[in-house]
Amino acid sequence: MEKKSMWKKITGSREALLALILILLFIIVTGFNSSFLTPSSLQQLIKNNAVTMVMALGMLCVMLVGGIDISIMSTLALSGMAIGMLLKYGYISGTILPFIITIAIGTVCGFLVGMVISRADVPPIIATMGFMYIYRAMGYLISNGGEWASASALGSFSDFATTKFLGLNCVIWIVIVCYVFFYWFMKWTRTGRKIYAVGSNPEAADVSGINVKNIKLLVFTIMGLLSGLGGALQVGIYASAMPNMQKGGEMDVIAACVIGGVSMSGGRGTVIGALLGSLILATIVKALPLVGIGSLAQNTFKGVLILVVVVVNIILQRISDRNALKGREM
Amino acid sequence: MSEYVLELKGITKIFPGVKALNNVQFQLLPGEVHALMGENGAGKSTFIKVITGVHKAEEGEMFLNGQKVDFKGPKDAQEAGIAAVYQHPTSYPHLTVAENIFMGHEIVKNHMIQWSTMNAEANKLLENLDADFDAKAEMGTLSVAQQQMVEIAKAMSTNARIIILDEPTASLTRSESEKLYRLVDHLKEDGVSIIFISHRFEDMYRLASRVTVFRDSQYIGTYPVDGITNEDLIKAMVGREITTMYPKPEVEIGREMLRVEHLSRVGYFKDVSFSVRAGEILGMTGLVGAGRTEVVEAVCGITRAEEGKVYLEGEEIHIRKPADAMEKGIILLPEDRQKEGLIMSWGLGRNVTLPTMGKYAKHGLNDNKKEREVSRDLLESVDTKAVDIFQPASSLSGGNQQKVVVAKALGQEMKVVIMDEPTKGVDVGAKAEIYAIMGELAKQGYAIILISSEMPEILGMADRIVIMCNGRKTGELMRDEATQEIILDLSMEKTGRKGAE
Repeated sequence: MEKKSMWKKITGSREALLALILILLFIIVTGFNSSFLTPSSLQQLIKNNAVTMVMALGMLCVMLVGGIDISIMSTLALSGMAIGMLLKYGYISGTILPFIITIAIGTVCGFLVGMVISRADVPPIIATMGFMYIYRAMGYLISNGGEWASASALGSFSDFATTKFLGLNCVIWIVIVCYVFFYWFMKWTRTGRKIYAVGSNPEAADVSGINVKNIKLLVFTIMGLLSGLGGALQVGIYASAMPNMQKGGEMDVIAACVIGGVSMSGGRGTVIGALLGSLILATIVKALPLVGIGSLAQNTFKGVLILVVVVVNIILQRISDRNALKGREM
Repeated sequence: MSEYVLELKGITKIFPGVKALNNVQFQLLPGEVHALMGENGAGKSTFIKVITGVHKAEEGEMFLNGQKVDFKGPKDAQEAGIAAVYQHPTSYPHLTVAENIFMGHEIVKNHMIQWSTMNAEANKLLENLDADFDAKAEMGTLSVAQQQMVEIAKAMSTNARIIILDEPTASLTRSESEKLYRLVDHLKEDGVSIIFISHRFEDMYRLASRVTVFRDSQYIGTYPVDGITNEDLIKAMVGREITTMYPKPEVEIGREMLRVEHLSRVGYFKDVSFSVRAGEILGMTGLVGAGRTEVVEAVCGITRAEEGKVYLEGEEIHIRKPADAMEKGIILLPEDRQKEGLIMSWGLGRNVTLPTMGKYAKHGLNDNKKEREVSRDLLESVDTKAVDIFQPASSLSGGNQQKVVVAKALGQEMKVVIMDEPTKGVDVGAKAEIYAIMGELAKQGYAIILISSEMPEILGMADRIVIMCNGRKTGELMRDEATQEIILDLSMEKTGRKGAE
């Protein structure tokens, strides 16, 4: 009996388990290299992974309704490249306007993806694969076939990434604001709960009067919006814009969610989970060289980690399903 | 002002190819518990979905408190004070109990969900129901009975004036049902009108004041519960003629082929035993969800039973995967031809030879010529109507598809053939042909298990009939002692199972 309740606790709170893993990771890595756990190095860690962390929130929404989006990094490149070129040729300047432009472009991109998926019923993986090519190619097109916008061309735009506000880097503030907003949005608003409902049981959601199509449209639009924000962050943090930015990075975003306990089949996943998932992934990637694992072996390790997490999830699910069935009397 | 809170007139609902409801009527009095009864597929569930705005009827009118209403969707019905508890819990397994109860009408202040108020309210409702779980529990971890309770709490939370309960007791134990009865009494006192669908006579006698019977998508009648007997109701529910479309041949019944003893699988079926002999057609029937398909799936190794033994020709066998069963000659013709029986985009010939490909292969390469000959012979033996063996299976009618499935089985070395709803979705002419093939197979000495919900089919074809209810075997009848009434009686959950007065 005691063993069972232990299991239940673990299945009940995956976040607690993830937090434990993250703390363990910190301790182990600090053991190898004491400079790891300093405030500045932690800030650096978050800043370097800000794009993935912010976009994991959008992927959380998408995966909660049972979808997936692999076009996100193309949206990022398109929106980032757009402001890169506009800044380079002096059409715009400053910081706020470029942010608004990337977010607007991203939102439109996401809206189109959402329309195709929710209205034409195209499977998300196929629809977003199509948009992945389209948006990436558009990024190349607006860059005149591969031009870069370097730090000098960007002017003062990327200053925000090196500026501190109340002792914290502005990029980190953006990450914090996003997470706080989404924590509130997903847990405390009806729209947030509708996203969970649609993912948990679409037919039931339909019967209880939720507009499933619009919720699907909404999550892909949110994903696009955050991809646009990611575009501005990417350009700012690395002080350059190029059309092949973050190619393949969408898998890191998905991996962060999966590690954070977001179910691929929808309905299960939390903002805290996405946060912990992306932090664990970031820590591992940073720690592997410190413990002497070369960059080539890193992806192998990442892959193994994702598989372990998924298999453990499936096993835990089976146990709880079986327990539920036992309650059925005949 | 009309005397009815809810009245439906001339409702007709058409699904592609089927009339699910044909000119049906219904009246609900204020504060009454009205039972709705009928066989599987009589149209009860569709009818409920029309009332709740999930389906839109092609014809007919609906009046709420004398006023004509036209629901565009489930939301309209909810707002009009109609709540339904569906047969299959329509819950969100990943969300908490409180959320499930308040989904769609959350307690919101300043656009924020008030979790603590919602949890407290939910707990209050649950307390009323005598529930033994907390509002913060995750729905998916609850038992079916507990989930059912949540559904009822949900209906109560909307302050609905009309509550529809679609087989609420089907998955409840006796004491849980008793709790539900008290709850319904309570709701009735508050003036709520209730429509109650159930296969249990007990529920109806205990709760309802009137009962409406549907049969074959049609309205049969509404009767006061006082003074009605099981017999009257059963007659109203089945009352149809059995035609002579069942060419059951007289076959010498041989030795025992398959015997199943005390088979159990947690949550699906419990302690099921039966046997079938060579040349015999064993009918397995019961209401949908009785566990018939699950039992044969366990026998064929598609799922695994936890307990019990299976004997083939007197020897115990251990089947771990479908290939084991096929190798031993136990062939299942699955219920869902389109999904499990055939590869729809392939030609007929390929489909027929799929399980036996290895036999015609030479040095690991397929012998196309041989394959074509074999499949042509097999398809001809069951008289499939098709242009050639290359025609894709998807282009055939349901009846002919079923023949291809049979031909596929014939190519293998069969001993026991299990047919799961072989005539589902098949027109009358093709049905007769399938029965003829079944009779032919019996003549050739195969043991046949026929799973069917269609009572005339079971009575017409089976030598012996096993009846299941709620995961248990509730009876076994010989051909000459079986009637529709006895079978329906055994298929229904109730106390005093034997003497139906």
